[in-house]
Amino acid sequence: MAHGAGGKASRRLVEGLFAPLLFESTRAPLGDAAHVRIDGSRIAITTDSFVVKPLKFPGGSIGELAVNGTMNDLAVSGAKGQAMVVTFVLEEGLPTSVLEGEVRAMAAALHKAGVTMVGGDTKVVERGKADGMYITTTAIGCLMSQVTIDTQSVRPGDKILLSGPIGDHGITILLARGELDLAADLSSDTRCVLQLVEAMVEQAGPGVRWMRDPTRGGVATSLNELARDCGLGIALREEEIPMRDEVRGACELLGLDPLHIANEGQFLAVVAPEYADAALNALHQTEGGEDALIIGEVRAEPACAVLVTTRYGGSRIVDMLVGDPLPRIC
Amino acid sequence: MCLAIPGKIVELDPGQPHLGTVEVTGVRRKVDLGLLQEEMPVIGDWVLIHVGFAMTKISEQDALEQMHLLTMLGETEQAMEEVRGYGLEQRGGP
Amino acid sequence: MRYVDEFRDPELITKASDEIHRLAASGKHYRIMEVCGGHTHAIYRFGLKDILPSNIELIHGPGCPVCVLPMGRIDDGLAVAKNGDVIFAAFGDMMRVPGTHGSPFEHKARGTDVRIVYSPADALQLARRHPDKHVMFFAIGFETTAPSTALTLMRAKAESVKNFSVFCNHVTIIPAIRAILDSPDMRLDGFIGPGHVSTVIGCRPYEWIARNEGKPVVTSGFEPLDLLQSIVMLLRQLQAGQARVENQYKRVVPWEGNRAALKAMAEVFQLRPYFEWRGLGFISQSALKIRDEYAEWDAEQRFQISGTRVTDPKAAQCGEVLKGVLKPAQCKLFGKECTPERPIGALMVSTEGSCAAYYNYEHRKAAALVTSIGSVA
Repeated sequence: MAHGAGGKASRRLVEGLFAPLLFESTRAPLGDAAHVRIDGSRIAITTDSFVVKPLKFPGGSIGELAVNGTMNDLAVSGAKGQAMVVTFVLEEGLPTSVLEGEVRAMAAALHKAGVTMVGGDTKVVERGKADGMYITTTAIGCLMSQVTIDTQSVRPGDKILLSGPIGDHGITILLARGELDLAADLSSDTRCVLQLVEAMVEQAGPGVRWMRDPTRGGVATSLNELARDCGLGIALREEEIPMRDEVRGACELLGLDPLHIANEGQFLAVVAPEYADAALNALHQTEGGEDALIIGEVRAEPACAVLVTTRYGGSRIVDMLVGDPLPRIC
Repeated sequence: MCLAIPGKIVELDPGQPHLGTVEVTGVRRKVDLGLLQEEMPVIGDWVLIHVGFAMTKISEQDALEQMHLLTMLGETEQAMEEVRGYGLEQRGGP
Repeated sequence: MRYVDEFRDPELITKASDEIHRLAASGKHYRIMEVCGGHTHAIYRFGLKDILPSNIELIHGPGCPVCVLPMGRIDDGLAVAKNGDVIFAAFGDMMRVPGTHGSPFEHKARGTDVRIVYSPADALQLARRHPDKHVMFFAIGFETTAPSTALTLMRAKAESVKNFSVFCNHVTIIPAIRAILDSPDMRLDGFIGPGHVSTVIGCRPYEWIARNEGKPVVTSGFEPLDLLQSIVMLLRQLQAGQARVENQYKRVVPWEGNRAALKAMAEVFQLRPYFEWRGLGFISQSALKIRDEYAEWDAEQRFQISGTRVTDPKAAQCGEVLKGVLKPAQCKLFGKECTPERPIGALMVSTEGSCAAYYNYEHRKAAALVTSIGSVA
């Protein structure tokens, strides 16, 4: 089960099993999307599966996640998603109204994201499997010309940019499951970040080295992956990390680290220092990017690790997530 | 051990006197007030919450006093250093 | 956040740190134990070691209820839950603790109905909601948590909820501290006393440490300012040659403790003659068991739990680390066979276990620095 949570175990599964057997010809580090050359043109392609309980939650539902998540994976790889296909695995007995609701939600999300659904497939499985429904979406698109994502181009001094407050999605889901009896005015932050990425790339493209959407495993996992891939260190300033009060409160109450909580509408970017202001300005001037800020920078050390420092000089290493974030009482 | 968080009592139910709703920066949860039977909290009181139970009331007075002590830290010593600086201690003189 | 942010004020933290440096300027080496796992966690989380002078050594105590739980107890609890009609309910802290045949999470993957609860009251609620199943709450914790379990049992009895029981692993803190002080390898100058346990038992139970052992005790809160202020108070006592119990966490800890909580515990629990603690061996009068009046809700009686004894892997040095005799990195298995992903002992699993805390915060910093130096050279 831990293998799906997005952290160390997931990475071991991908690197240890899938990569050597399936991805032989890919020597590059595994990213959110693949860029392939077909008949001379470079095209980006990505796929993602969506499994969430409950299917519907404040701020969205599985259908929206499926569209936005895949578009976001393409966007942070520097590509604009243009066509999508979907597969549904439906549990026998799923009410038609639920399915219809999700399809409508997807249609709305597709429209907002400016991408077309061009095909798909449906399977039905026995009652008791599929938690209602699983959705997989695959999307292709063209690369944005102004940006090249390359972890090897990351340098000490580069700034770490975050598009907005963290933790909304993960905590919303946790509360929506109802097991912990907590109530708060929170919604998932699911949204397509393509427009924001495009705006940033237009103004600061040459300075953008790397991007990622910190979904399962949170900001900590994404930045740890970066640190390992580029062999450098990431230093974050604790006080700069934005989160809503409700997320902070829920994390304190349950003993969770907000840096490990999933986000579905945010992205991280590593930007060369001379382009950082332009990047931030571009985001601030785009709808939905008003809360973007710089949360830290790349350093030579501690190599391959993420360090969070406080204003008074204390610091701690934040690792990738191991398993799911668990509430604790001690 | 023991993760315990301060929360404010925002709701009480006369029908269920042993339960209360606390709020921790926007997050609300029902907590059991059974351990505070001897001095039941009222709306607006701050309590320490551990595993869904209120353990004790938080004394604003004591918190303020503590903050005061902390702000004063080092000030006595600073004052002493100032006094020494005036050379009033006659240790060989200027 | 009120009553939290104020105690994380960076300017005041710097002030407190300056005062500590001033007080410790003599260079004398101070060995201070923080008993409570929550304090261990806080020290690492807030990076407090970075701002303390190097001649103040903080030693981690055994106050981690997950860490001191012998593996046999987990095995026994999970064995009950093998029965398809039983729901095993426990705090998140327990979910990855290794039993002989896997952790609760691993059992869940193999079909056991394992649920995380935030409160014993939630476990009782599960029982009310699933009348066709039996909910067994695997209770852990020191005196902070025991009263909540006690109240829950009282409510279960009052409402005649028959499909609910508690597998009680509550332990008490004083015998653990006594075991530390009795240990011949231990040399300590003072204690940062438990914060939340003290809201229940008060400060009096620590007086013998000051009086008989001559060591000062300061019961402390968990925010950075609380811990730093407690260290200031300890240093002042040590330099004045004093040994008293002081209460730094006044805003929350009543000197006399919480009478209602103590009453609830006395009503439902009694002390076991002895109990095995991982690493510390058998300690008398150190753990709670459910009284006969509540036998119907006592999982040990209802399910006739025999009490499996499982010895820890020989190479694992959990005991010495728990007592503070060894630092986590000195255990032969640390960082190699035993990591947070593949923990051998509970100290590596529990977020407040010294091994996990050290591994997650310090070890990786040190290892990363080594890598950096290596790559620069």
